[in-house]
Amino acid sequence: MSHQITGKQQIGEDVFWAEVEAPLIAAARKPGQFIILSVNSTYSERIPLTIAGANPDRGTIELIWQRVGKTTAELAHLNEGDEIANIAGPLGTPTHIEKFGTVVCVGGGIGNAPLLPIATALGQAGNRVISILGARDKSRLILEDRFADVSDELIVCTDDGSYRRKALVTEPLAEVCGRDPKPDHAFVIGPTIMMKFCCDVTRQFSVPTQVSLNTIMVDGTGMCGGCRVEVDGKPKFVCVDGPEFDGHKVNFDLMIKRIGAYKKQEQQAYENFKQHQCKIGLQ
Amino acid sequence: MTEEQRKKLLSELLEKKDSGGLKPKDRLAIPPQDMPEQDAAARRGNVSEVALGYTEEQARLEAMRCLQCRNAPCVQGCPVRIRIRDFVAAVADGDYSKALGIIKENSLLPAVCGRVCPQEVQCQEKCTVGLSLKDVSKAVSVGRLERFVADLDQDRATLPAVAPSTGMKVAVIGSGPGGIVAAADTRRAGHDVTVFEAFHKPGGVMVYGIPEFRLPKAIVHDEIETLEKMGVKIVTNFIVGRTRTIERLMTEDGFDAVYIGVGAGLPSFMGIEGESLVGVYSANEYLTRANLMKAYDFGAGADTPIAKSKRVAVVGGGNVAMDSARTAVRLGAEMVYLIYRRTEKEMPARVEEVHHAQQEGVEFHLLQSPKRIIGDADSRVVAVECLRYELGEPDASGRRRPVPIADSEFQIDVDTVIIAIGNLANPLIRQTTPGLEFNKWGNIVVDENCRTSMEGIYAGGDIVLGAATVILAMGQGRIAAAAINDYLATKKQERKT
Repeated sequence: MSHQITGKQQIGEDVFWAEVEAPLIAAARKPGQFIILSVNSTYSERIPLTIAGANPDRGTIELIWQRVGKTTAELAHLNEGDEIANIAGPLGTPTHIEKFGTVVCVGGGIGNAPLLPIATALGQAGNRVISILGARDKSRLILEDRFADVSDELIVCTDDGSYRRKALVTEPLAEVCGRDPKPDHAFVIGPTIMMKFCCDVTRQFSVPTQVSLNTIMVDGTGMCGGCRVEVDGKPKFVCVDGPEFDGHKVNFDLMIKRIGAYKKQEQQAYENFKQHQCKIGLQ
Repeated sequence: MTEEQRKKLLSELLEKKDSGGLKPKDRLAIPPQDMPEQDAAARRGNVSEVALGYTEEQARLEAMRCLQCRNAPCVQGCPVRIRIRDFVAAVADGDYSKALGIIKENSLLPAVCGRVCPQEVQCQEKCTVGLSLKDVSKAVSVGRLERFVADLDQDRATLPAVAPSTGMKVAVIGSGPGGIVAAADTRRAGHDVTVFEAFHKPGGVMVYGIPEFRLPKAIVHDEIETLEKMGVKIVTNFIVGRTRTIERLMTEDGFDAVYIGVGAGLPSFMGIEGESLVGVYSANEYLTRANLMKAYDFGAGADTPIAKSKRVAVVGGGNVAMDSARTAVRLGAEMVYLIYRRTEKEMPARVEEVHHAQQEGVEFHLLQSPKRIIGDADSRVVAVECLRYELGEPDASGRRRPVPIADSEFQIDVDTVIIAIGNLANPLIRQTTPGLEFNKWGNIVVDENCRTSMEGIYAGGDIVLGAATVILAMGQGRIAAAAINDYLATKKQERKT
């Protein structure tokens, strides 16, 4: 069963949104979960993508991804009406949602996509939601409006100051954590290095912090172990034990090394793909 | 022996047999027929099948070595009790379709089992010929004969007969060997059968785990196609427990019975320092990248990368360890070390795979085991530090326990480490199926009919047995299917009244 794309849009520099038919996943998914897809069945790799939203009535899920390599570029080339051969999910343990009190949700870059359903669910559970969104520049900031809808307070910043406040997300995060009373819980999703520094901040203020990790995966069901990370000194599988962990216990330095394991090969594959695309364009 | 010599010998033996003069002594004198194989140097550079299969003369000569023992000890050695003596007699007679018919009474996947069963500890271990010649490797090559007759039937023209529709629905979770058999047997009884597979391709371990050079994927593909022709529905990318729970399959989707054959599916690691370094793989990951995702074609079509290793250490002594080591050879590694803490005698791998690995240049490091894995500043593997072992008293498994020798540490320089020490039970079904009984290792508890603690739910294969074999999984699939067919017959009767 392949999955038709029912809507697609570029929503930022190198960032794309699509609505895709996947009725079973739309019905089953919960905040914090992800899918694994491959564009075709013969040679495509399997990549994990977070589920940014779902519409069970329409039988669709929302995917948001950043063009960083061959597969994400290939996806970006697809349009409404095109099909994705394989989507498996929902995978991972859903986010634990409860009424904590005041929560701070920190999103960086593409991390805003998986954070949105979590922030939404936290609000629905009766939490006061403070959202902090960051991006490299204005063109890469996504989902600001939708966060505005679900947040009691929204702080937006860019690294270069091209939009709103010029700051890294750690700066407003420290301010929010420094308030009295401090937030009861933090949820941080974004580039690994950003999550690492955010955790350094929340640790100083003793604010419990949940992070959602995005590692290399093959099957996504616990079978391969390629996604393993060190949490509290012990190996954990992101696909079945996570993707969310206590950010204060994650060995981010090792994780950064592991997700870079195939960097050279990935770059080579992307270059080949781009050249191939150019040739098609010339014909 | 040359082809000519074999033809001559075969006609002499047939003549003797027809005149009633073929004595056990003559049969024992027939030279065991070697399996034709790809040259070891050539196969290091390709993924084609290593064992090429018997010629007709070889098959008949090998079959004539069988003494046709009245008590057929070979059958006792077979987990699914194939009438081995009788099918071997049919091969000797040249009646191959009869031979296949006999095998298929008990086994649905002869082309697979002929290739991957550990015959030397099953049927062939009990063979009187091997015992008479005081060498199990000289037993009648039952597996090779099984493969021979199965391969002759490649078009599989005759589909198993399917009974008229019963209106009952069966869900089979997992499309590995157990699931295939459970699906075929329940479908034959006329039930509406759906197989759910988590991966994008069906076949389970036969597709993601066992490499092409040992089990060509075309064979597995044919078996799946046979199921589809019989009317079995195959749904891929469906993760039971996540996409849909077993409870919902039964209450909302109307499945009357469920067979759980999801395999083990959670790789064990050693719990030593350095196992999360870049370049350390579970065998599952390494083999899945290479086999299912075709990483050996990376850059030539395939998108999934795999380490470009020069020096590889594989830890373990089972079939999966051999498969990993031999895959690393084919992916271009210059040195592949197989590290095992006991001796070759205790290795659980099939003898043939051990020999093939050695022929292909895999260097065996026996009575050694990793103590830690060492990385560089970039967290990439640079060496594995091992301890030397000696064998002590036998342990619970009956094998002599390996005991580390103090201060015997030494290092082997490697850039990749593949851990192939087995699998634990995947927790997904356990976490999402309240009410189902599991043992302390996370395996599903079943009775002798593969019935679980919940009505209508049956289970078999690795998720019940722990790590086992294709044939055992297949055997359980068959037992469960028979129990499901009984259960549904009763249920249908109850509905009527």
